Amino acid sequence: MAILVIAEHDNSTLKGATLNTITAAFEIASKTPGSELHLLVAGRDCQSVAEEAAKVDGVSKVLVADDASYEHQVAENVANLISQLGKDYSHIVASATSNGKNILPRVAALLDVGQISDITAVESEDTFQRPIYAGNAIATIQSLDSIKVITVRGTAFPAASIGACVESNAEITNIDSPASSDLARFVSEEVAQSDRPELTAAKVIISGGRGMGSGENFSILEQLADKLGAAVGASRAAVDAGFVPNDMQVGQTGKIVAPELYIAVGISGAIQHLAGMKDSKVIVAINKDEDAPIFSVADYGLVADLFDVMPELQLKL
Amino acid sequence: MKILVAVKRVIDYNAKVRVKADNTDVDLNNTKMAINPFCEIAVEEAIRLKEAGSASEVIVVSIGPKACQEQIRTALALGADRGIQVETADYPESLNVAKLLAQVVRDEQPGLIIMGKQAIDSDNNQTGQMLSALLDMPQGTFASEVKLEGDKAQVTREVDGGLQTLSLNLPAIITTDLRLNEPRFASLPNIMKAKRKPLAVTSPETLGVELKQHSTLLKVTPPTERSAGILVNSVDELVEKLKNEAKVL
Ligand SMILES: Cc1cc2nc3c(=O)[nH]c(=O)nc-3n(C[C@H](O)[C@H](O)[C@H](O)COP(=O)(O)OP(=O)(O)OC[C@H]3O[C@@H](n4cnc5c(N)ncnc54)[C@H](O)[C@@H]3O)c2cc1C
Repeated sequence: MAILVIAEHDNSTLKGATLNTITAAFEIASKTPGSELHLLVAGRDCQSVAEEAAKVDGVSKVLVADDASYEHQVAENVANLISQLGKDYSHIVASATSNGKNILPRVAALLDVGQISDITAVESEDTFQRPIYAGNAIATIQSLDSIKVITVRGTAFPAASIGACVESNAEITNIDSPASSDLARFVSEEVAQSDRPELTAAKVIISGGRGMGSGENFSILEQLADKLGAAVGASRAAVDAGFVPNDMQVGQTGKIVAPELYIAVGISGAIQHLAGMKDSKVIVAINKDEDAPIFSVADYGLVADLFDVMPELQLKL
Repeated sequence: MKILVAVKRVIDYNAKVRVKADNTDVDLNNTKMAINPFCEIAVEEAIRLKEAGSASEVIVVSIGPKACQEQIRTALALGADRGIQVETADYPESLNVAKLLAQVVRDEQPGLIIMGKQAIDSDNNQTGQMLSALLDMPQGTFASEVKLEGDKAQVTREVDGGLQTLSLNLPAIITTDLRLNEPRFASLPNIMKAKRKPLAVTSPETLGVELKQHSTLLKVTPPTERSAGILVNSVDELVEKLKNEAKVL
C-alpha cells in the first residue's frame, strides 16, 4: 500500500512545510513494509508545483488534480477529493499548517476514521508521539484505524531534499476531480507581504511582546531582523493589542517555530508562548523583569529595558 | 434562528499540568478546571449574535461526565438560554464527539453552530471540521470575524499567510480563534439566574450514537526540559556569547 501526502502550495510553488511532512511520511513508509509515497497536488493551474514536487527525494508518484474549485483550498472541495482518493491508501499525511488543520479532520470524518494531529515522532507504522497540554506532556498514541490520517509538526522533522537524484524524478499523473460543492465560497484574502523569511522556516527569529508598547516600536526589531536575515514574530498580547498582524503569533495556538536562534524581547514567557518556541536551539530573552518566566527557558538572559539595549544590540551584531 | 454552541471542560489555562508517575496520563486531581477558552469565545459570539437580534436562542452542549455541567452553567451565566449534557464516562475522541454533536444538531436544527478551534488539553483542532463533514455543512474555521447576511455567513479566518474571507451557506459551522471577541464576565445575578435555566441530560444511547475507539493512549511522558541558562550583564557579553559560545551568529 502507499502513503498519500498532501502538498501545500500557492498554485505556483511548493510550500517548505511539505518537505518536512515528506520526511515524516518517509519515516512511516520505512516502517511499513512495501510502502511508497504519493504526493497529491490539488490546485488550479498548478503544473509547476507538480514538476517541483516530482523532484523531491522519496516521492514516487505525483497526482495532480487541477480544478478551479481547488484554487483557494476551500476545505469542502479538497476534502472530498482526498477522501475519495484516500480509500486506497494506508496513511494520509498533511502538514499541521492552518491549511492542513482545516482540511484533514474533514477527510478523516468522511472516511469514518480518527485523526492523529501534530505528530512529532514516528514510532512505528501506527504509533506516533504528539505534544498535548501546550507541550507540557508528550502522548504516545496508537491508531486503530485502517486508514491513518495524520498531520505533522514541521519543526520535528528535517526537510526532504530536492533533486539529489535527477534521474529518479517521480511520474506525474493527472487525476479527475469529483463534482464541486458550493457550500462555501472564497471571497477574498489579505496576505501579508514581506521580504523576510517565513516564520516557520527562518533560522533566526526576533519576537516582540506587549513590552514593545506599540506597533511602531516593532521597527526596532525589524531593523535588527533585516541585518540578520531573520523573521519577526510576536506574542499573543502583541497581536491582540493590534501592534502586529495575527500571522506573526508564535505559540500553542499560533505558529510553532524552532529556529537556530530565538530572541524574545519584552515577552513574559507564558506557557502558551513557550509551547511555540521552546524547541529553538538557542533562546535569548530580553526583559526588564528578572522574575519573568521566559528566563527559565533562555540560554542567555539579559535583564534590561529593551529600549536601552536593542539599539546597542543592533549596532554590535 | 437557534445557535448551538459546544463547550468542553478542560484544565484552567493558568494551571500547571503534571504527568502521572506511572506515565499513563496527566494527573488532573485537584487541578482547577474551566471552560475551554476557545469555547468561551464561541459562547460570547453566540450571545452577541442574539443580542444583535440575529438569533432567537442559544443552546449550549457539553459532552462528558457530570462535572461538565459546571461549564454548561458557566455558559448559561454568560447568557446562553439552555443546556444539554451528553453524559459519558470520560471525554470521548474527537470523531465520537462530532458524531454525538451531529445527532444533537439533527434534533435541534440550529441555523449556526459555533465551537472552539481547539481544546487546550488535547490540542487536537479536529471536532468542528469533523462535525461539518458528518453534517455535510460548510465550515469556517479559525474565525476572527463573523457577519450574518440573510442565509449566508461571511467568515474571516486567521490563516498562516494572513486572513481569508469565505461566504458560507447556512446552516454552517464556525470555529473560533482568539481575536473573534473578548468574552464578558458573568455577573453575580446572572450566575444565580443560570442555576434555574433548563439543563437536559442525555446519553449516547438515547441519541442512538455508537462510540467507537479509534486510538489507544499508550503512554504520557514529560517533555525534555531545557536546562537553565545564564544571565549576561551587558550587550557586549551577549554578543560575545552568541558568537563564540553558541556560535549561532
Ligand atoms: C487559549 C489561549 C491561547 C493562547 N495562545 C497563545 C499563543 O499562541 N501565543 C502567545 O504568545 N500567547 C498565547 N496566549 C496568551 C498567553 O497566556 C500570554 O497572555 C501572552 O503570551 C503574554 O504575552 P506577552 O508576554 O507579550 O505579555 P505580558 O505577559 O504582558 O509580558 C510583557 C513582558 O514585557 C516585559 N516588558 C515590558 N516593558 C519592557 C521594556 N521596556 N523592556 C523590557 N521588557 C519589558 C514585562 O516585564 C513582561 O514580562 C494564549 C492564551 C490563552 C488563554
